[in-house]
Amino acid sequence: MGTYLLKNWAVVALIAALVIGMVLPLATGISAPGFYFEVMLGGLMSGVLYSLVALGLVLIFKASGVFNFAQGAMVLFAALAVARMSEVMPLPVAFILAIGVMAIFAWLIERLVLRHLVNQDAVVLLMATLGVSFFLDGFGQTVWGSDIYQIDTGLPKTPVLVAENIFQGGILINTEDLVAAAVAALLVIALAIFFQKTPTGRALRAVADDHQAAQSIGIPLNHIWVIVWTVAGFVALVAGVIWGSKLGVQFSVSLVALKALPVVILGGFTSVPGAIIGGLIIGVGEKFAEVFLGPVLVRQFDLAGGGIENWFAYMLALLFLLVRPEGLFGEKHIDRV
Amino acid sequence: MSRARAANRGNVLLNVEDVSLAFGGVKALQQVSFDVFEHEIRAIIGPNGAGKSSMLNVINGVYTPQHGRITFLGKVRENMDTHEAAADGIARTFQSLALFKGMSVLDNIMTGRNLRMKTGVLLQALHLGPGKAEELRHREHVEHIIDFLEIQAHRKTPVGRLPYGLQKRVDLGRALATEPKLLLLDEPMAGMNLEEKEDMCRFVLDVNEEFGTTIVLIEHDMGVVMDISDRVVVLDYGKKISDGSPDQVRNSQNVIDAYLGVAH
Repeated sequence: MGTYLLKNWAVVALIAALVIGMVLPLATGISAPGFYFEVMLGGLMSGVLYSLVALGLVLIFKASGVFNFAQGAMVLFAALAVARMSEVMPLPVAFILAIGVMAIFAWLIERLVLRHLVNQDAVVLLMATLGVSFFLDGFGQTVWGSDIYQIDTGLPKTPVLVAENIFQGGILINTEDLVAAAVAALLVIALAIFFQKTPTGRALRAVADDHQAAQSIGIPLNHIWVIVWTVAGFVALVAGVIWGSKLGVQFSVSLVALKALPVVILGGFTSVPGAIIGGLIIGVGEKFAEVFLGPVLVRQFDLAGGGIENWFAYMLALLFLLVRPEGLFGEKHIDRV
Repeated sequence: MSRARAANRGNVLLNVEDVSLAFGGVKALQQVSFDVFEHEIRAIIGPNGAGKSSMLNVINGVYTPQHGRITFLGKVRENMDTHEAAADGIARTFQSLALFKGMSVLDNIMTGRNLRMKTGVLLQALHLGPGKAEELRHREHVEHIIDFLEIQAHRKTPVGRLPYGLQKRVDLGRALATEPKLLLLDEPMAGMNLEEKEDMCRFVLDVNEEFGTTIVLIEHDMGVVMDISDRVVVLDYGKKISDGSPDQVRNSQNVIDAYLGVAH
C-alpha cells in the first residue's frame, strides 16, 4: 500500500487536492453551511446529467470500441422528439414513442454506418460518429423545429426547505431535482442488473472483451450493436427529458453534453461506475470552482472573474490525462513490445 | 487408430472440396480437399505458414474461400458468418487466448449457452418463471462442463488471473458449452509444459469419447498428433501433401521432405 501511494504520488496529490478543495470552503467558514450544501446539490444535479451522457458513451465504447461523438446530439434529438410529441399527446405516450424512435435510429446506424466500417481504424469510426452528430443536430431541427421547447413533467417546481433545524437557513431543494436524481439512480441500477445478470448482458460484456471469440460461440455482432445503441439511445432520452424539463430543450444541450468527454477521461472509458462518479465529481467541482474559487482569484489577481465553470472540467481532465491516462476506474493498457 | 475407435466412426460430417483461398497474391490454400467423419479426431498438421489456421478459419466462417465447396451435415454451405457457423454446431478454441478476461470462469462458459437461450430479456432480468428455470438448466449444464474440466475451484475467478494452462481449459469449456457437433481446436497444446499437455490430451480424448464430439485440431507437437488423432491431413505451402492414418503420414516421403527439407 505504502509503495503504491509512493509510486502514484501524482494521482494521490491530485485526488487530495480535489478533496481539500471541496472541504475547504466549509472548513474555513468562507461559506455558510446552508449555502455550501446548496451549491453542492446544484453541482450534483448537473453532475447527474453529465453522468447520464457519459454512461451512453461508455456503453457504446465498451461494446464496440467506438467513441460515439454523437451521444450529445442523441440527447438533443431525443429531447426534441419528446418535447414536440408531448404537445399533441400525453407525456408517457410521447416518451414510449421516443424510445421507438431511438431504437430505429440505432438500427439505422448499425445498418448504414457501423456494418460497413467494421475493422476500420478507430479514427475512421470517430469521424463517422462526428458526421452522424452533425447530421442528427440538423435533422432534429428540420423535423422538430429550432425554437426552445419545454418538457412539462408535471412535477412541482417549488423548492422545499430541509434541514432547517440543523443549521441556520436550511437548504433549498427543488422537488424536481430530487425526482431526477432518483430516476437516474434507478436507471443505473437497472443497467447494472441488465449487464451483470442477464444472458444478453453477458453477451454484451463478451463482445466488449473479444469480438472474434464472441462470434465463435454464436453471438451475432450486428444484433449486439443494435441493442447497445438502443440502450445508449434510451439513456440519452432519459438525460434529454431531465435536461429539457429543467432548462428547456435547445441546441445548447448538444454542446453542454460535450462535458461528458472530460467525465469519461476522469472516470475511465470502460467503466460504468467511473462514468457516474466522474460526472458527479466534475459537476460538483466546477460549481465549487465557480462559486468559491472564482471570487478568490478575482480578489487576489484583480481579474474580471467568472467563466471558470466552462473550463474547469477540461482542465481537470487534462491533469488526469497527465497523471492517470486510464482514468480513475479504467482498464490499464499495457502494450507488449 | 485402434479397432474400437474405427468401429465407432460414423458418416461424413464435414466435406471440404477443392478449397482455394488467397489474400491478394498470397495463396493461403490451393485446392485442398478432405473429409471428416462423425466422432473422429482429425488433425491438420504442417510447417509454419502451411495454411493450417486459414483452413480452420474457412471451416469456421471467418474467411470465405474464393473457390471450392464445403458441405457440413449434408448441406452445402453458402457464405456464412462465424456466429452462423456456431449456430449450426461448429465451435472453436483459439491459439492465442481469446477469453473474456474480465469475466469469471463461470460467466465465460455461460456465454457459450447464450445460443441456446430463448426467454425474453425482461424475464431474464427479473429472474422470473421461465427465465429463472432456463438459467438454472443452463447453469447445470455448465457446472457439468466445469466438473469435467476439473476447474471447480476456479469457478468465480476472473479468467485473466488464471495460469495459462487453466485458461486454455476455460477456452475449451466455453466451446463445449455450445454443444458443438464439430469442435475445432487451434493448437490446443501450444505453449504448454509437459504436464499441461498430458492433461489437455486427456481432455480432448474424453470430450471425443464422452460427448461423441467430432474434433478437428491443428497442432505443432507431432508426438501429440500421432498419439490422439485417427487421421491426419498434412499441408505445405497451402497444398495438401498427404492424408491418412498417423502411420501412413509418418512414412510418407512428401511429409518427410516438407518437414526436413530436400536437397535441390
